[in-house]
Amino acid sequence: MSEFQPKILGFLCNWCSYAGADLAGVSRIQYRPNIRVIRVMCSGRVDPVFIINAFLRKIDGVMVLGCHFGDCHYLNGNYNAEKRILAARKLLSLTEIEKDRLYLDWVSAAEGERFANLVNTFTERIKNLGEIKINDGTKEMLLAVKDVLEGERFRHLTGVEYQVTEKENVYGEKIPVEDFEKKLEQILYEEYIKARILRLLQNNELTIPQIAQKLNTALDFAFKCVCSLQENNIVEMKGIRNGYPIYSANKY
Amino acid sequence: MNTQKIGAVLVVGGGIGGIQASLDLANSGFKVYLIDSAPAIGGIMAMLDKTFPTNDCSMCIMAPKLVECARHLNIKIIPDAKIEGLSGDAGNFQVKVRKKARYIDAKKCTGCGECKKHCPIEVADRFNQGLTRRKTIYIDYPQAVPAVYAIDKNNCIGCGVCEKLCLAGAINYKDTDIVENINVGAIILSPGVDVFDPKVYTKFGYGIYKNVVTSLEFERILSASGPFSGHLLRPYEGKIPKKIAFIQCVGSRDPQVGKNYCSSVCCTYAIKEAIIAKEHSKNGLETTVFYMDIRTFGKGFEDYFNRAKEEYGVRFIRAGVSKIEEISETKNLILYYENEEGAIKKEEFDMVVLSVGLVPKPDMWNLSRILRVNLNNFNFCRTSEFIPVDTIRDGIFVCGTFAGPKDIPETVAQASAAAGRAMALLTESRGSLVAKKKYPDEVDVSNEKPRIGVFVCHCGINIGGYVNVPEVVEYVKQLPDVVYAENNLYTCSQDTQKRIIEKIREHKLNRVVVASCTPRTHEPLFRETIREAGLNQYLFEMANIRDQCSWIHMYEPESATEKAKDLVRMAVAKARLLAPLKRVEIDVIQKALVIGGGIAGMSSALLLAEQGFEVFLVEKENELGGNLRHIYKTVENRDVRYFLNQTIEKIRANKLIKVYTNARIKEITGFVGNYRTKISVGKFEDEEIEIEHGVVIVATGAQEYKPTEYLYGKDSRIITQRELEEKIFNHSTTEFFNDKTIVMIQCVGSRDNERKYCSRICCSQAIKNALNLLEINPDANIYILYKDIRTYGFKEELYRQAREKGIVFIRYDDAKKLELQTENGKLKIKIFEPILKEDLIIDPDLIVLSSGIIAEPNNAEIAKMLKVPINSDGFFLEAHVKLRPVDFATEGVFLAGMAHSPMTIAESIAQAQAAAARATTILSDKKYYAEATISSVNEELCAGCGMCGALCPYEAIVYKEKDGKKISSVNEALCKGCGTCVASCPSGAMTQYGFTKKQIMAMVEAL
Ligand code: FES
Repeated sequence: MSEFQPKILGFLCNWCSYAGADLAGVSRIQYRPNIRVIRVMCSGRVDPVFIINAFLRKIDGVMVLGCHFGDCHYLNGNYNAEKRILAARKLLSLTEIEKDRLYLDWVSAAEGERFANLVNTFTERIKNLGEIKINDGTKEMLLAVKDVLEGERFRHLTGVEYQVTEKENVYGEKIPVEDFEKKLEQILYEEYIKARILRLLQNNELTIPQIAQKLNTALDFAFKCVCSLQENNIVEMKGIRNGYPIYSANKY
Repeated sequence: MNTQKIGAVLVVGGGIGGIQASLDLANSGFKVYLIDSAPAIGGIMAMLDKTFPTNDCSMCIMAPKLVECARHLNIKIIPDAKIEGLSGDAGNFQVKVRKKARYIDAKKCTGCGECKKHCPIEVADRFNQGLTRRKTIYIDYPQAVPAVYAIDKNNCIGCGVCEKLCLAGAINYKDTDIVENINVGAIILSPGVDVFDPKVYTKFGYGIYKNVVTSLEFERILSASGPFSGHLLRPYEGKIPKKIAFIQCVGSRDPQVGKNYCSSVCCTYAIKEAIIAKEHSKNGLETTVFYMDIRTFGKGFEDYFNRAKEEYGVRFIRAGVSKIEEISETKNLILYYENEEGAIKKEEFDMVVLSVGLVPKPDMWNLSRILRVNLNNFNFCRTSEFIPVDTIRDGIFVCGTFAGPKDIPETVAQASAAAGRAMALLTESRGSLVAKKKYPDEVDVSNEKPRIGVFVCHCGINIGGYVNVPEVVEYVKQLPDVVYAENNLYTCSQDTQKRIIEKIREHKLNRVVVASCTPRTHEPLFRETIREAGLNQYLFEMANIRDQCSWIHMYEPESATEKAKDLVRMAVAKARLLAPLKRVEIDVIQKALVIGGGIAGMSSALLLAEQGFEVFLVEKENELGGNLRHIYKTVENRDVRYFLNQTIEKIRANKLIKVYTNARIKEITGFVGNYRTKISVGKFEDEEIEIEHGVVIVATGAQEYKPTEYLYGKDSRIITQRELEEKIFNHSTTEFFNDKTIVMIQCVGSRDNERKYCSRICCSQAIKNALNLLEINPDANIYILYKDIRTYGFKEELYRQAREKGIVFIRYDDAKKLELQTENGKLKIKIFEPILKEDLIIDPDLIVLSSGIIAEPNNAEIAKMLKVPINSDGFFLEAHVKLRPVDFATEGVFLAGMAHSPMTIAESIAQAQAAAARATTILSDKKYYAEATISSVNEELCAGCGMCGALCPYEAIVYKEKDGKKISSVNEALCKGCGTCVASCPSGAMTQYGFTKKQIMAMVEAL
């Protein structure tokens, strides 16, 4: 049997990392042939939804490479990219898809060799992780991640993170990154579970204990999530079973 | 005889200065000939690893400009060229240019590099400072422009192998020098400099001790594309150094080697190299800088210096190094130096970097003879403080380091200024020589099903040798919507362009994909081609199967072929979804608003008016002149009053300039090309005026700091430098005959805890005033108490004079504070004298405080109105500290003079002329063309949350009300097309043309 050849996708920004990749070529630095590159103008354009879609289509690993901080052709696109991609990695860590399948780094136009090394290392890492496992279970998880990524909360928070942690918020204050990240982590977890619940309830009518068991979360947390979904009229109560209300998704 | 001026300019030297001048000229209606003595443009900046004080990657920020030069329709690059003769006058010069034989036909060479692989002869590589070797058929650096090889005839043995290998048939051994006559209206000199050759100093052993290198060699060592691939190794045996010493002022500030000037950049670049070196080495590298004075006088430099000390632990020792000895077994180096206390010390290092100065190129004397321009004592071009980019010869301008040592942003500013001066001279001929391409009308393909043509390039054997091109072509043919596919030996060659056009017509193609090299350099070419065939240029997509495929998988032809197929498939998938795009045209109001009537504002206004543009000049005081009203003589002893009055007269006499004094900006609305501004005029704001204009130049100036320290304001014997200058020139001189002892204190209100930055001009100002005082009263004892003397550039000469004339310089610093007291009505200063190692008491009759420069307090207000940033010190923040010194990120707004940072009169004028030239690139065209691949809002979906606006660095998102809800909309003139807003829109309402979600997803799905 021939050895596993992972499929790798790279998003490179036009001005630095793509130029670095070109330089690797011009310098004839040989590296692993697994990567396929999509060029965008700035790493800021990379919507994490693209990445989840790639995973769903059995791409084994995704690299996002932008300019080093300070070098972004559009001033701060890469700062925003960082916040967004790292948050997406956090979300992945909630699933059974290894978060290390998503990699973010910076490559300058002069770093041809570094680019090649990054690709090699990443290819090797994905090889060790093996083929991406897309089955009904992981698919559900990725779809839930995708829901979160498309959601307003994710986009708002990752959108403002750079501004409020590195510069200043509307009060002229700076929020410590650790505080923000901690909060973000909690919110991402909640959003993810909510997305999972909603997907479950689309085709099933379930009680809180059933949900908690399926998603492997605490009862009270599952309840809290369902309540919030219900508040927004996305989930409704359908009746009672074994002393618990049963819920399903609101079809309208 | 034809007296019409020639609408073309010759730019001599293609470093960053020459590149900037060329682009500004070509973008405002002039034909440019850019000549360089090297085989490629790029100059010294192309050799740098990082740039100070932001540690930006040099190549990253420069490459886009190189590419723009290369593909600009109105810039003709002539490499390997030098000037041999000149006739004619300003407006109409005939320049005789000799172009050295290159032995390679630039039109045919594709830069593939097959030749170099097989060339048998190697020589030292000039570009890598001789640290590596290159072949005799070579290209300077991978990103070189033009991307054409050259044969180094002096070293070539003529074996003929390259000709046999070159499939493009580009080798021409019979090539000869060509002498050409070029007809231009003006000339801009930007030939740059060399670095000092330290072999002169035998004490350092450079050239003998292998581990003693110059700073430029060290720069190459640090560079990722340098000799050691960016690993910090010492040159002797590749050992990782643990202790590196930097020696400053090698070939600078030394009359003994004929270089009594300061090279201005070495302190800050040494700091940069020390920082970068530390970042390179994981296991602790010690760096030590030996210096006389640290001259970090530029914007943000002092902070950089402080960070180097405090954050990075770079060690700074104020000492002269008297000799270096090599230890023969280890090849380590022993430095002998004398410290401030006069003690001789020695210390071992394993590598030494000599911070070499900047020196004029050897043939400058010759060039100056041909052009009849003057050189100064050091063979730099002579200029004058009030016309900083003019030479003595009309129509010949100068910029960059040839006019004196300087850093990149100053070079760039001068380059724009020189371009501006040339524009003003040749205004009547603007647009007369520029080529405008005529394109056939665009065919409307919007209702057609995609019909894609794919052209796969062999690139000689560069792709074809590793990727099975015919197989790729066959594969491509069966992809959806592909109706035609073929392979070409060189898809980029002239004849293939014709072929592509034919095929578009023959097969009614409405999308084109080229699979070849990188879109970064070749996309514009192919877009042109399909435009000529009547297609919208954005119906084009490229697959990079060379730089990112065949070249990097040379030993895996199968994988490479598979990858090539994938890449083309992805490109085709995107091509199917491409839509025609347009660059939106915006009408430009060809008038300018200049805020601030100081020397910067006035200089900008004049340069614009000379080109026929109307200018509104707004000054908040009741007269023009700004800070110049308080200055009498420049450091070179020129009469400032006379110059100021002359300038104001010129302004008043120019009908195109409308001056508003006692005026305040109330409101600015609009965007590039279309601003509307309300100004209130009069002491009591009695009148409100509304004006319309296309650009804004911010020249609000700065102020002298009013000291609160050293009893200032409490004792009349304590005054500031500005007050002293008024006294010297305004009062009867007898006043000073009684003042026997005068003490000047430097850095008052600068480089302290509150204002960390250096005010740049106070050292020279103090010395200037001290020398003037001595003239009046030769018996005076003058002491200057300083932290570092920062007489950069040619001002160093002033410092030497001052010491010669007996002015006493004593150093103090924050640790050894000086004390000022009054005792029985007498002033007493106590200061620690480091050489005598004891406290010195001085009883001065007069104390002069060299108080710093502070930002104008109402900058914040103007910044808010224009939506441009200011830094923490209150000065305006330019778009890019290196390459866009007078631009703001917001298109159409520019910056000049002390609003940017403290600077001299000459520097202010150069910046002002630069800002005017940059503004001209917009004003000279009735239309402004926005980018095509910009964002756009789906108004139905937009929830009005404002996330996009918060993220946009260009203020390109505006909010408007529609049907009772607030929504975002994109200002097409301002959007630069990064796509960050699209990726963060919570409602999926944003899209980026040319990079839509659908298109990117199609590429992902095609994988
Ligand atoms: S352009 Fe490279 S990250 Fe923005």
